[in-house]
Amino acid sequence: MNNLNYTFTNKTRNFTFALMAIGVITIIAGFAQPAPDGVNPDDYKHMRIWANLLVNGYFFMGIGLLATFFMALQYAAEVAWSVAVKRVYEAVSCYLPVGATIMFLILLAGQLHLHHLYIWMDPEVYDKTSPKFDELITHKQGYFAPAFFWTRTIAYLVIWTLFQRGFRKRSLEEDLQGGTALHYKNIGKGALFLVFFAFTSSTSAWDWMMSLDVHWFSTMYGWYAFAGMWISAMTTILLTVLFLKRKGYLENVNDSHIHDLGKWMFAVSFLWSYLWFCQFMLIWYTNIPEEIIYFQDRLHNFGYMGLMWTVFFMNFLFPMILLMSRDAKRNYYFLVIVGCIILIGHWLDVYDMVMPATVKGNHHLGWVELGTALGFVGLIIFVVHKSLAKAPLMVQKHPYLDESIHHHY
Amino acid sequence: MSNVTIHAIFDDEEPLMSSAKTLKSNGIRVKDVFSPFPIHGIDPVIGVPRTWIAICAFIYGITGLSLGTLMMWYMMINDWPTDIGGKPSFAYYMNMPAFIPISFECTVLCAAHGMAITYYLRCWLVPGAKAKNPDPRTTDDKFLMVVETKPENKNDIESILKNGGASEIHYK
Repeated sequence: MNNLNYTFTNKTRNFTFALMAIGVITIIAGFAQPAPDGVNPDDYKHMRIWANLLVNGYFFMGIGLLATFFMALQYAAEVAWSVAVKRVYEAVSCYLPVGATIMFLILLAGQLHLHHLYIWMDPEVYDKTSPKFDELITHKQGYFAPAFFWTRTIAYLVIWTLFQRGFRKRSLEEDLQGGTALHYKNIGKGALFLVFFAFTSSTSAWDWMMSLDVHWFSTMYGWYAFAGMWISAMTTILLTVLFLKRKGYLENVNDSHIHDLGKWMFAVSFLWSYLWFCQFMLIWYTNIPEEIIYFQDRLHNFGYMGLMWTVFFMNFLFPMILLMSRDAKRNYYFLVIVGCIILIGHWLDVYDMVMPATVKGNHHLGWVELGTALGFVGLIIFVVHKSLAKAPLMVQKHPYLDESIHHHY
Repeated sequence: MSNVTIHAIFDDEEPLMSSAKTLKSNGIRVKDVFSPFPIHGIDPVIGVPRTWIAICAFIYGITGLSLGTLMMWYMMINDWPTDIGGKPSFAYYMNMPAFIPISFECTVLCAAHGMAITYYLRCWLVPGAKAKNPDPRTTDDKFLMVVETKPENKNDIESILKNGGASEIHYK
């Protein structure tokens, strides 16, 4: 087998460094920006750039996290076809430790009151004598108590990362020793991760995203956030596979593998649309003030209506119509175009989760947003490609390797 | 002279598949194959064209969506304007979220039934239809290949089939 080892060329490396440099410059410049007119700078605390960091921190961590989830799913279900692209989703999952660290730092900055994204982190809202006192938040004080919140947050991040490192380590070991011992161990660990993740995917979304709108709650939210991260991860995996194919690697990945990844992208788009719409329709139908405020803020109060519908159609109608036919799922150019639409659409979806709750009416899709996102794109490409270069692109001794190479239908 | 029809019986799908490939490379068309289960990848070898059922399903789905929309618009907006969810807007597009699940159900109903009925009609699986299976053993553990050919090619084909592993060869 030729081209088994991916070379992270200087050209690609410099490209990612350029993107990261843009990101760093944008973030520094973002902190130098003054508060918008009519907003008290002491309350504002560079809210725009912090909100941007949260959007990107969460979105890109989600890609690494759900690649880990997908990996666990493939192990637990003993999937054979995906073995040929195993190293790719493994490499995408290697972004998780980096993303988790960034997420941790953003939350820590909130706890240290460097930003006011989470109003419940301010102790004054629980203080009856303070003008900021908020009775509704005091009902949730137990859940948001720093000790409990930080125990949860650290537990999610650390346990996810440990699982990811473990899968990666055993995968590299399997290349050397073969046999089925590690394979069976992975099945058990994969199932364990799925159980842990089934719970923590929802609770982490409540803790970090839904709590931005702290007065509001939705039981669909965790799944909706989970589906959004999953489709972003599947799209990233597919785009990485197509990139490697184009560079002449992964010769054992055939059109059937690409077709299957395309089906995943199609199916998970529907999962997201279904959950998004379920949440929207139930709240719209019942029209209860404490629930409808979430969509009032997004549709009418702060001028996000155009963005919200753009997101819905980008993430639902485009993938549905464009990926419906069999030929579309086997056409590489087509998949790249649809993949880019989906990634931008889901980035905007996270933007739509965060911004109306934080900067409210003072939102812009300007150079700060673009630059920060490009910085994170550079970072994830760098981490993923570095991991790709570290191990052979095709696993060597997986029990289902042969079956996967002959995957065809 | 009229064509002869050869029925070759195989005990396994792999020899049948390789014989079909050999026949194809010799320019001989396999007319049909009867098998107890679907044989993976045989369609291109025996020249079965790709199915149109997906396109049919799309058309049936669009039809269902249109009919469902027409029904809801007539019932809920036109004939008896209804106050949906405390929002008396009486316009179809304003009440759209409430209509989405029904639109979806109508689409699925028409697409699924349309596909099933199309399949039955196309294969003529109607009540009272006679089985087209030439040998009932193909519903159990035998594989049958039908080749139609000119009498002068008969011996060549027979040797290909015999070498390929056919256990019985019958002429009809």
